[in-house]
Amino acid sequence: MIASVQRLPADVLFVVFTRTAFVAALVALLALATPHFLTVDNIVIVLRQAALQFLIAAGLTLVVITGGIDLSVGAVLGLAACVAATFIANGAVGLGIAAALAVGLACGVVNGALVAYVGIPSFIATYGMLWVAHGLGYVFMNGEVIHGFPAGFRFVGAGFVAGMPVPVLVAAGLIVALHVVLHLTRFGRALYAIGGNAVAARLTGMPTRRHLVTVYALSGMLAAVAGLVVIARVNAADSGTGEELLLTAIAAVCLGGTSLFGGAGGIAGTAIGSLILALVVNGMNMLGIATLWQAFAMGAIVILAVLADVSFHRRRT
Amino acid sequence: MTTAAPAAVLRSWRMPDVPGAAYLVVILVGVFATANADFLSARNLGNVALQAAALTILSLGMTLVILTEGIDLSLGAVLGLCGVVAAILLVSYGASLPAAMAAAMLVGVTAGMCNGVLVAYAGMPPFIVTLGMYGMAQSLAMVLTSGNSVTGLPPAVRWFNEGSWIGTPVPILAVLAVFGATWLLLHRTRFGRYIFAIGGNRHALELAGVRVRVWLVAVYAYAALLAALASLIMTARMNAAHPTIAIGLEFDAIAAVILGGTSFEKGRGGIGGTLLGAIAIAVLRNGLNLIGLSTEWQVAVVGLVIVTAVALDALRGRV
Repeated sequence: MIASVQRLPADVLFVVFTRTAFVAALVALLALATPHFLTVDNIVIVLRQAALQFLIAAGLTLVVITGGIDLSVGAVLGLAACVAATFIANGAVGLGIAAALAVGLACGVVNGALVAYVGIPSFIATYGMLWVAHGLGYVFMNGEVIHGFPAGFRFVGAGFVAGMPVPVLVAAGLIVALHVVLHLTRFGRALYAIGGNAVAARLTGMPTRRHLVTVYALSGMLAAVAGLVVIARVNAADSGTGEELLLTAIAAVCLGGTSLFGGAGGIAGTAIGSLILALVVNGMNMLGIATLWQAFAMGAIVILAVLADVSFHRRRT
Repeated sequence: MTTAAPAAVLRSWRMPDVPGAAYLVVILVGVFATANADFLSARNLGNVALQAAALTILSLGMTLVILTEGIDLSLGAVLGLCGVVAAILLVSYGASLPAAMAAAMLVGVTAGMCNGVLVAYAGMPPFIVTLGMYGMAQSLAMVLTSGNSVTGLPPAVRWFNEGSWIGTPVPILAVLAVFGATWLLLHRTRFGRYIFAIGGNRHALELAGVRVRVWLVAVYAYAALLAALASLIMTARMNAAHPTIAIGLEFDAIAAVILGGTSFEKGRGGIGGTLLGAIAIAVLRNGLNLIGLSTEWQVAVVGLVIVTAVALDALRGRV
């Protein structure tokens, strides 16, 4: 605990300063470039977009803190969404939600077991899971689109409470909950210890393998939650749901200052990262840049964010 | 029985020095030959070989990258971009075939060098660099084509798929040529010895005064150059270039490399095994097609095969 408290200021200052400057610059640029940007309607749109991106990146953040990666979040999101959609479209909302969480949990536990107990590098294990989940999603949907969910379920993605979109409120709750888990529980501090030095963490007697399985399971389940919110928002699900979300999720985590080397970062950073990405996407739309360029922007942002992380990491060591 | 028992059995089981792909090929051929009489027909086996050509070329480049303890997730997207660039030059700008080929290779080498520089000089994890490149290359290919196929290619392009020389189809010749060149590169040049050594002990190599970073850039550039070559064969086969044609082919390539016995650690492996691995994947996909399993299932099955292969490798490798 002492170590992590001592190390926090350098990280936090660097992340908060650079990212706040980034957000301010983006907002200023967009406000100058288009008069429609600084309207209440548009800001609500940006916040909702940011919330959706945060939900996908939240579980991934925990995995990255342990020094791993989960490349299957987008595919697991899609599979969970497809399975849930079949139940929910027939009115069985509770069953659908439970099925989605079960799918996420199962994929996550398999990922975690492969990484922690079998000893496969996390990017290989979760890359395999990406294609397994993706293929199963295709098989399950058989090329069809399910749409038209009950209004009560759609509220989760498209509704408003006190003028705020529900996904924003869900994201806000999740930020608080995960922040508490990361910084005030033994489990959370163990994640930083594993990411900082896995061997040392094991030698102190922490159940590192069990913690790793829990982390990947959480990542899978949070991806499933994100899938539920996504299909509630667009009122439809097909096997392609979530396909393009992997790059943005990694971009949000990296932009938020969580180091790919593990042991440093936090959930608040990922929230800021998601906000930056939402601003970039919204700005590109406002400026009339074709959506086909968005994957290019995400790829470039991932590379630049990690480049910054790597050079910062080098200067400190 | 404890839970550790299966792992212990696997560890004590000394397999002869043959990559897992060899067993898999034998098993798959046996299963599919029994399940479907057409499988062993000359026509179908010829099809398997042609289908495997692009994958094999991609896998050979991937082998070198994995030998250096890296990975290249961008190869499928880069392949798509190269094919699209060559096709657009041919169709819209009336470029000659050699000029279009050169342009595709230039695009490939540029993408590969960007990957290599970011990995070697910036010290970024290979899977992140190449995932970013995947996004950028795919996006560029989509922007260039507005997401459509490029059709109306000059008939000369089809030579890359239908042509033959001394009774051997061009795609097979291309595979043999690339295999030969890569084998010579790995086993008869300093570059090849450095590739194994980078995976084995990069730090020691650096201390010995070898400019490891330059060679690493060359490895990523070579892999992407082979992707450009594979794009020509694939474009000729489809008689069109599509921006997302090869998305996911890098996954088959990784599976081929791992099945072929190349390990993610310590620079162990080689391209002979990769050739077998690519054949195993091609046989698997062809056989699944023949017995009527949809492409969607195939994605899941190949995913399971790769995870199982890596898991077995990891369990056997640990002491």
